[in-house]
Amino acid sequence: MSEDDVDRIDRNRRHFLTVATVVTGAVGAGFAAIPFLSSLQPSARAQALGAPVEVPIGSLEPGELIRVLWRGRLVFVLRRDEGMLARLQESLDNLRDPNSEVVEQQPDYAANETRSVKPEYLVVEGSCTHLGCAPLEDFEVRPSENWGGGFFCPCHGSKFDLAGRVSKGVPAPTNLRVPPHRFVRDDLILIGQDTGAT
Amino acid sequence: MARIEAEVGKPQGGLMKWIDDRFPFTETMKYHVTEYYAAKSFNWWYIFGVLAMVVLVIQLVTGVFLTMNYKPSADEAFASVEYIMRDVEWGWLIRYMHSTGASFFFIVVYLHMFRAMLYGSYKKPRELIWIIGMLIFFVLMAEGFAGYLLPWGQMSYWGAQVIISLFGAIPGIGDALVEFIRGDYSISDITLNRFFALHVIVLPLSLIGLIFVHIVALHHVGSNNPDGIEIKEHKGPDGIPLDGVPFHPHHTTKDLVGIIVFLMLFTGVVFFAPEMGGMFLEHSNFEPANMTATPEHIAPVWYYTPYYAILRAVPSKLWGFILFAIAVVLPLFLPWLDRARVKSIRYRGWMYKTALTTFVISFVALGYLGLQAATDAYVMAARFFAVLYFMFFLLMPYYTSIDKTKPVPDRVKYHE
Repeated sequence: MSEDDVDRIDRNRRHFLTVATVVTGAVGAGFAAIPFLSSLQPSARAQALGAPVEVPIGSLEPGELIRVLWRGRLVFVLRRDEGMLARLQESLDNLRDPNSEVVEQQPDYAANETRSVKPEYLVVEGSCTHLGCAPLEDFEVRPSENWGGGFFCPCHGSKFDLAGRVSKGVPAPTNLRVPPHRFVRDDLILIGQDTGAT
Repeated sequence: MARIEAEVGKPQGGLMKWIDDRFPFTETMKYHVTEYYAAKSFNWWYIFGVLAMVVLVIQLVTGVFLTMNYKPSADEAFASVEYIMRDVEWGWLIRYMHSTGASFFFIVVYLHMFRAMLYGSYKKPRELIWIIGMLIFFVLMAEGFAGYLLPWGQMSYWGAQVIISLFGAIPGIGDALVEFIRGDYSISDITLNRFFALHVIVLPLSLIGLIFVHIVALHHVGSNNPDGIEIKEHKGPDGIPLDGVPFHPHHTTKDLVGIIVFLMLFTGVVFFAPEMGGMFLEHSNFEPANMTATPEHIAPVWYYTPYYAILRAVPSKLWGFILFAIAVVLPLFLPWLDRARVKSIRYRGWMYKTALTTFVISFVALGYLGLQAATDAYVMAARFFAVLYFMFFLLMPYYTSIDKTKPVPDRVKYHE
């Protein structure tokens, strides 16, 4: 290349072409990343296995709790007796969100005093809203500790009442989540779906 | 072998020349090994880099052999580990070497990092070596975490549940991010499978790449020494640092002694205390994962507990996560937090010495507290030591700039 040729190089054009090539390449790389990143999302099979589950509750005694798995997550179904229901009205001052105002934590139909479709039956995810440990049930009433029964997380000490409402001053930020569910019959709950026919 | 190495330094014909014309073998050996000059005043604190390499090799070799019998599926993982332990010839040894190796990796790396803090090895011109080293530490933490899920025991499952849930604390994207990490609505076969891929391919490859860059950067700048002096500033007429000796054979032979002592300790643990009383292999991990019941007492393996104690000390999910993340990342900024004009602790004043001692005490105390159940007294203690931990870093620009330092000698000292 002679000096003449060097002088005739259009540097602006060269710069434009470099930038254009880099930008085009980056966009292409971005699109190429989509299939790889998408492959990490829940697969069709995982979604199918996450289908709703039926829970027969006909034989559930008052005060009895059963554990079921929905989408691999633990769900508590608790039939509250009258004493338990009465205690839900007590010491609301100790609760962080007594009126279920955090909308993500329950469907609209469970945003009520008992956080349930039917007052008797509590359906909540058994996954502490702090870091996901499974809370343990502790239904013994201990007035000295201001404890009317509920759930206690062994990992970091979070406490929830008999409606899954979180106490103040514990690491869990929100109430236990109520999964979407509905009553198919009086003795059968469908967890994971709240609309349409079964 | 000995003869080939002895002749590497000389220009010669034959096979060596043929290779050197095509690949810079002799040149590379000289640059990184036989003519890499490091201070003759190295003490035993300088063994841990080499030991980290030894543990890496142990982990890679035992890891490869474990994958030949391990099954990364939720149905089979736990049983396949038991199969390795009971039915595979010498499988118990390979598995215990790998699980013990994980703990030793962190012991060695923590001591290696502490050495850098003792002698100011992160200070100019070695900032990048330190940053790359911190990245190695982050990858190592991820590697250990992914590996811990693989046996699919109770602690594997619930430990992963807790740590993955941490990301749920990020406002807005938290829940979606957690689902993306798990690839499912809960920790499942899918999660296990991808953690296996991360543990055996992605993270080890990153680790090896970063270690390569770490060493290239080190050999470019030159190793620090216990006096924190640049030995390249005093060269003889031959251009060789007066206080340096070639890495091989001088440092390698000395390192060999250290490696032998290390392997004695390592095999001692492998043979006589592979569980280390629940510290290296936690008791609840000998039960298969059970999605319906969290173990009564849940704690990560010891090498994460200082950070875990900080996480638990904060009575808020989001702030717990933020302080946890800051505690892990903060040491990355040491090169700029430290304003002292001298590198080595030998020439620093009482302030840095006190601060470093406080830091070590609080780190060990947090590590202990993170292993215990979160009772009120322990949480209060964890808060106290967490404050000390953060103060060490955040007040550093202040106390290192006013600290009274001693004059640094021109040449290294090695007869004290």
